[in-house]
Amino acid sequence: MTAYVIRRVLWGILMLLVVCLVTFVIFRVLPAGNPALLRAGRNPTQGQIKAIEHSLRLDRSLPTQFYEYVKNILLHFNFGYSYGSNESVLQLIKERLPATISLTVGAAVLWIVFGVGIGILSAVRRHSYLDRGSMGGALLLVSAPEFWLGLVLLFLFSSSIGKFKILPGAGSYVGLTSDPGKWFTSMLMPWFVLAAGSAAVFARLMRGNLLEVMDEDYIRTARAKGLPEKEVTKQGVRASINPVVTVIGLEFGLLLGGAVLVETVFNIPGVGRLAYESIARSDYEVIEGTVLLAALFIIVANILVDILYAYLDPRVRYA
Amino acid sequence: MSAAEPLLRVEDLRVEFHTEDGVVHAVDGITYQVLPGKTLGIVGESGSGKTVASMTVLGLTRHQGAEVSGRILFEGRDLVTMGEEQLRGIRGNEIAMIFQDPLSSLHPLYKVGKQLTEAIRVHRDVSKAQARARAIELLGLVGIPDPADRVDQYPHEFSGGMRQRAMIAMALANDPKLLIADEPTTALDVTVQAQILELMERLQRELGMAIVIITHDLGVVAEMADDIAVMYAGRIVETAPASEVFAAPEHPYTWGLLRSIPRLERDREEPLVPIPGSPPSLLAPPTGCHFHPRCAYAQPSHSRVDPALELVPGASNHFVACLLEPQLRRGLWSPLSAGATPDEAKQEAGFADETAESSAVR
Repeated sequence: MTAYVIRRVLWGILMLLVVCLVTFVIFRVLPAGNPALLRAGRNPTQGQIKAIEHSLRLDRSLPTQFYEYVKNILLHFNFGYSYGSNESVLQLIKERLPATISLTVGAAVLWIVFGVGIGILSAVRRHSYLDRGSMGGALLLVSAPEFWLGLVLLFLFSSSIGKFKILPGAGSYVGLTSDPGKWFTSMLMPWFVLAAGSAAVFARLMRGNLLEVMDEDYIRTARAKGLPEKEVTKQGVRASINPVVTVIGLEFGLLLGGAVLVETVFNIPGVGRLAYESIARSDYEVIEGTVLLAALFIIVANILVDILYAYLDPRVRYA
Repeated sequence: MSAAEPLLRVEDLRVEFHTEDGVVHAVDGITYQVLPGKTLGIVGESGSGKTVASMTVLGLTRHQGAEVSGRILFEGRDLVTMGEEQLRGIRGNEIAMIFQDPLSSLHPLYKVGKQLTEAIRVHRDVSKAQARARAIELLGLVGIPDPADRVDQYPHEFSGGMRQRAMIAMALANDPKLLIADEPTTALDVTVQAQILELMERLQRELGMAIVIITHDLGVVAEMADDIAVMYAGRIVETAPASEVFAAPEHPYTWGLLRSIPRLERDREEPLVPIPGSPPSLLAPPTGCHFHPRCAYAQPSHSRVDPALELVPGASNHFVACLLEPQLRRGLWSPLSAGATPDEAKQEAGFADETAESSAVR
């Protein structure tokens, strides 16, 4: 097991390097805009642009740039600087991270609790109104893009532009430590929007798995033993949760992608909005920093899921 | 059948499932009884309703939306009308069941010990430690070596035969009066099959429980059963003491079953005779005698008249549901048992078809 985890971590580091390279290629080799041009102000001369390019080291060869970028990360843990504000990328991300963690952790809790819970209820009360209603709702939420759902909620419930002014609207985020109550109410809509799609996927997955498992022979055995139906269902849930856990790792990546949209719609000063803003400004090193962070989270989440899976299923042994 | 009070008496049991394609008549009015400490073998092809019938005894088809009628009297209590809570108190306690595939019948994620102790603790008010001690004792009883270590293993760490032993241990947890074994050896190697049957016989002797063994394998019932009920398409077509079924079978379907298994005393050159055709769909079973489309001796009238399970003349507890005359049946079986083909047997017995149309009916 230990050897397996070490191997996974090493592979994870290699994966991060690959992510680094791919991001680098996407933004620098196939650039969307010249960052020097964006910094130069109105009607710059060719000389001004060249000077800025030189100061940003954009005039060096691409392999040299990549080499220096990776070298700085590995040797100095330095992820570069924002072209716009000259702040260190690490510092920028550190400032923005609490908001993103608030958003994603809250959404993940909501997603897993409601997804699994509704899935189980739907399966147990198959064909009931509850089942039909929640599966219909799930289909709707799976299909609804975050930015659309976010805007709809803002128009419905936000205190600024909403029809029913019951929740704080966009830009109302405050840190958890400064005002927990306000933090909570301001996060309710973003959490819901970010969790909705994943929760819907999970509810459907959980329902399907559980219905399948309840037809298994060992469930029949459990009934034949005379176990109460509640215990029988519990054993069914226990057996059907494993495939759902595997999907957590995959779904986590989608959650981070959704965070970019949700932070933008709700104007939350998190890493997602930082990524969005830096893409708009061709702020290469900030983009690369945020992408690396997201990749790191996904890789760690997947390693954790695999370890959890071995713990959940005694038949799985990693060598 | 006997003066003793039956432990289990099933009367005119019918089980239907309503599906999108129509009503499946899985069990179509069967009657049988099991005496205390005795073994009944229920024999039939896949799809003959034998499994559904036995699962219904424990109320396990209720969860599948089955419609059940008739009576299932266990020590005089009717299990068909019994409430779920009360029936749950009987399941795994007074009546236990083991299933065909021991791997898929054990929960893959729980230790064998936990699956045993929960079976004990759901019916008995004992501590975890006591239940565990009993679990170890049970594993030893069914012949699992090092039961104290094995109790903490998962089912995937057990071999097929060991898993079935563990299933049997689980079924025995509460000293049941009746054990229903649904194809208990079908998924196992031949050598292991013999061990499991031997184990069941030994346990029956030691614990005095009655057994209903459901199988398609006549060899298994020959070894185990005191009485045999032959099922075809949801009905019992013949029931008798085991020795009589093998010595003097009365139903053409039973003849077919017996002639399709190899026997040592026969000439090796003599071919095995399969029963032509395949079991009918229980969605739309044949009219009249359910076996008539596959029966070599069927007459046109047999597709119109439902045969009743009737006492064989001269026998005390041999029943058969066949429209052929008893004399004629005996005339047919003696050449058949000597290896004749159905046509030869017909000739020898002086069998005359009702009309030339009989082949059209088939």
